[in-house]
Amino acid sequence: MPDVQSLVNDFPDQLRKRKIEGSQATAKQTAELLRSVISQQRVPHTNQAGALIDAVRAVGEQLIAANPVELAVGNIVRRVLHIIREEDLSLATDAIAGLGLSAASDDEDDVERGDHPVLSAAAVAAAARSTLRPPSLQTLLEDIPDSGGVPQTSSSGGESEGKSRSADKGSRGRKLKHDVIEAVNELIREITDCHEEIAEQAVEHIHHNEVILTLGSSRTVLEFLCAAKEKKRSFRVFVAEGAPRYQGHLLAKDLAARGLQTTVITDSAVFAMISRVNMVIVGAHAVMANGGVVAPVGLNMVALAAQRHAVPFVVLAGSHKLCPLYPHNPEVLLNEMRSPSELLDFGEFSDCLDSASGNGSLHVVNPTFDYVPPKLVSLFITDTGGHNPSYMYRLIADYYSADDLVVKRRPTTGS
Amino acid sequence: MGAPKKSAVKVTEEVEELPRVRLQAILLADSFTTKFRPITLERPKVLLPLVNVPMINYTLAWLESAGVEEVFVFCCAHSKQVISYLEKSEWLSQSKFSVTTIESHHSVSAGDALRLIYERNVIQGDFVLISGDTVSNMSLTQVLQEHKERRKKDSDAIMTMVIKRSKPNSITHQSRLGTDELFMAIDPDTNQLLYYEDKADSSKGILNIDNSLLLDRPAISLHHDKQDCYIDICSPEVLSLFTDNFDYQHLRRHFVKGLLVDDIMGYKIFTHEIHSSYAARIDNFRSYDTVSKDIIHRWTYPLVPDVMFVGNSANKLERQGMYRAPEISQSRSAVIGPFTVIGFGTKIGDNTKILNSVIGEGCIIGSNVHIEGSYIWDNVTIEDGCKLRHAIVCDGVIMKSGAVLEPGVVLSFKVVIGQEFVVPSYSKVSLLQQPVEEDSDEELEYADSTGGVGGAGYVWSTCEGGHEEEWRHSVAPIPAVKILEAKKMLEDDLELDHDGSILPPSGELKPDSNDSDVDDIEDPREDSYFEKEVEATFLRAVQENIKEDHVILEVNSLKLSYNKLAADCAGAMFHSMMKYALGTPHNSAGSLVQTVEGVLTTWKKLLTSYLADIDEQIEVILKFEEMCLESAKEFAPLFTKILSIMYDKDIIQEDAILSWDDEKRDADESDKIFVKQAQTFIQWLREAPEEDDEEEE
Repeated sequence: MPDVQSLVNDFPDQLRKRKIEGSQATAKQTAELLRSVISQQRVPHTNQAGALIDAVRAVGEQLIAANPVELAVGNIVRRVLHIIREEDLSLATDAIAGLGLSAASDDEDDVERGDHPVLSAAAVAAAARSTLRPPSLQTLLEDIPDSGGVPQTSSSGGESEGKSRSADKGSRGRKLKHDVIEAVNELIREITDCHEEIAEQAVEHIHHNEVILTLGSSRTVLEFLCAAKEKKRSFRVFVAEGAPRYQGHLLAKDLAARGLQTTVITDSAVFAMISRVNMVIVGAHAVMANGGVVAPVGLNMVALAAQRHAVPFVVLAGSHKLCPLYPHNPEVLLNEMRSPSELLDFGEFSDCLDSASGNGSLHVVNPTFDYVPPKLVSLFITDTGGHNPSYMYRLIADYYSADDLVVKRRPTTGS
Repeated sequence: MGAPKKSAVKVTEEVEELPRVRLQAILLADSFTTKFRPITLERPKVLLPLVNVPMINYTLAWLESAGVEEVFVFCCAHSKQVISYLEKSEWLSQSKFSVTTIESHHSVSAGDALRLIYERNVIQGDFVLISGDTVSNMSLTQVLQEHKERRKKDSDAIMTMVIKRSKPNSITHQSRLGTDELFMAIDPDTNQLLYYEDKADSSKGILNIDNSLLLDRPAISLHHDKQDCYIDICSPEVLSLFTDNFDYQHLRRHFVKGLLVDDIMGYKIFTHEIHSSYAARIDNFRSYDTVSKDIIHRWTYPLVPDVMFVGNSANKLERQGMYRAPEISQSRSAVIGPFTVIGFGTKIGDNTKILNSVIGEGCIIGSNVHIEGSYIWDNVTIEDGCKLRHAIVCDGVIMKSGAVLEPGVVLSFKVVIGQEFVVPSYSKVSLLQQPVEEDSDEELEYADSTGGVGGAGYVWSTCEGGHEEEWRHSVAPIPAVKILEAKKMLEDDLELDHDGSILPPSGELKPDSNDSDVDDIEDPREDSYFEKEVEATFLRAVQENIKEDHVILEVNSLKLSYNKLAADCAGAMFHSMMKYALGTPHNSAGSLVQTVEGVLTTWKKLLTSYLADIDEQIEVILKFEEMCLESAKEFAPLFTKILSIMYDKDIIQEDAILSWDDEKRDADESDKIFVKQAQTFIQWLREAPEEDDEEEE
């Protein structure tokens, strides 16, 4: 327990100090942390899912607050919450089926308790209703745990029944935890493998003798291009350097090392070059629910240039980057202002910065991200395949449950 | 048998490894200066809020993120406050970052502190020495590696200083942090520090560097655009050095300079320059202001208000660099300008204007208040209609309605300023009385009259530097008047040089000759400048009776700066001498010859020091010829006489005269006037040596 606690303290601390960078690393570490939180969480006999959800939520709040810009953290917290709900639901349906069976057997073995099957059947129906129904306004408002209905109705059953039920519950709790951890492991695997999953689709999109343009550096893009190269496609890549961090230089180096014909251009030359380009392929920081993209600074300009010349603008994003929030949500802090030293040399300009000496003063703004509106994006390629921007909300509905959007709102209204 | 041996070896290896791996730091939570008084009488400097976060947090956060594992916080003044603050904070409970406090009550300097730490014997390896008022985001990896590699090669390399480029203000000769210009000499190849002077007298513009520094290295580079970040990577020897030299008090003034001067021990100090990362120390109110602004402008990222925060009050960055904590109540008509930080739970009234300022937690600001460039700490009450410009207002201050703070005011804790009271600029007000030193009467006088109606507090009379220097270190921007003054001084200096070079104070220069000079040297303008400089130097030497050696030195420096040869110097020097001789009143040609002879005898050494070779001597003759032809025709008939005088005085060797003659043999007739004039003299010369030779034979 203490070591998990220290982990829980440590991770937000690192997030806060911006020591972890990149959404994949963050997502993976978040998922691993939540897994250990779940495995350490003691599960009560009743309402296991509720307890787990509360625990994950409590940790999730801290994580999200630690670095509100890194949307992947919130995404993973919501994914895990969704997993818990799903597993609980599937166990409940299993239990109902099992209960139905045992009720039937009870019916056959014990003739004396003729009324029990009827009652238990009613309980089953209630339980089934309470677990299977979609989240209603009532549950949202009163925050009644979903599985709370089951023990209440079952208490009306006989003592022996209650006992057997509780024993059953205990095993079910362990089962639930086990299943959730399995599913979280699955999620971690999915995050680690997302590059390969996306890269597998490369051949379908990149054709012979095409010219691809990208900006900055993204591992997903690198893997994607290399996968196409491995499949014997020959094509050329233009890399816009991605000022002010110039990660495009690194990408170009990697691409050239792998035998791809690579050309580095400045960001400002993108518009001049775009007419020669067949497709723009870029990575993203996060994909919002409306299909808008939060991406490294400079991409909006590339997207506009691409639209002007009718060049397809393709965004690669692992599913951990899908964010169920909308960009107009005030809680979503879209940008991060980094140090001006990436743009200017402090020593050279220090006398202009000095407002004390009375020579006007110089201000530098260095945002990290751009927002690319959905109408500029032609296609999203996620690990599940290619999607239209307008389809994003549907994809997000698969990954997240509507109840969990609340995670974020809680800390602000609560404190 | 083999197994236990192996394990033993392993153990020893680990023992060797361990101290090297664990990176330690000494944080001096006391600056041992009085720059921040009167505030520091009540609260230690490291706990003063910098953009609403106590300074020590910046230092600790940086040390932690830079990979330091163990920090010893040395507390001296107000040690109880520092320790209790650290106990309450999360720093003492970090898992991978241990913070230990060392308390001392009778240390009066950094030297004492380091000696005490040496006695404790807690430092095992290289350590980072830093004071608790440093803000940085640099990475230590590179500098540590450099330091270690140097140590491996040379065990005398005991310290690496971190420096950063920062242009000092050319007008006021101080950096933007309010410290004086720093001069450093660094070996460009090894980055070894050779000279360090932070108290250089900039007014004279003279810097004395031991020439032995140049003996064994091809070059040194002199810097005055660097800023000392006061971050040092030290080897354990540094501590023992402090113990050995018990008179070392100040880190820079005594220790660094002491090591640089002392060549017996041979310890070396190196520098490491950082470029993209930030590091600065808060040394005075000016640097408090500058560093705060740098933090707000995010140079210190990630140590910026919306990322790093203490407690639960997360700031949010809004447009134009406005940071706002939650639960602020702000009137709709209040204007909050860019680059402003507003703390948790602060209330701001109607029509209030806040620009470029930092407001702490829980402040209550009334309506129609104007705040500009000020630092207002926690729980301050400012009533309606107050005006604050470039002031520091500490916790719990109450400003009654209509009070005005002029630029540079510092209000210490819980001071009350009465209604409509105007606090004059640069005054420091505290509830505590200034420690009485010499002029006690004056202070009592001050003490009575402060705070205005219903106010409380004593105005401190200005400290050591006197009122003149106050503006240098204050939070207020340097007043325009001072800048103008400084500018004027600078220009005067320039003009003085300028005047001196163009018009010799004797004022005898003929206007037409001046004109012809200008006409002559259309393209080689530098030549004439050079000549004029030399002339001015010579005239000054004559008037002020400067020693020949000094004049030679000065002319040598001119020679270097104009990139001239010794021949040019000789020519110019001769020219100026002749001009001077011409300038002195004379009746006839005979007296002119006498004057020339007089001048030549007095300043012979000056001339001969440039006449080592025949070429230079020829140059002098040519120059003389030229003068006779153009600017000073009076000399024309006297050419031979003066030439022979120079020969007699050993200024010009006969070989020079003969080769001059040879050179002229093929020239035009017009050029031969003087050769012809001197023909008899030359003839005599040609015969004389033969006689000498014969005699010798």
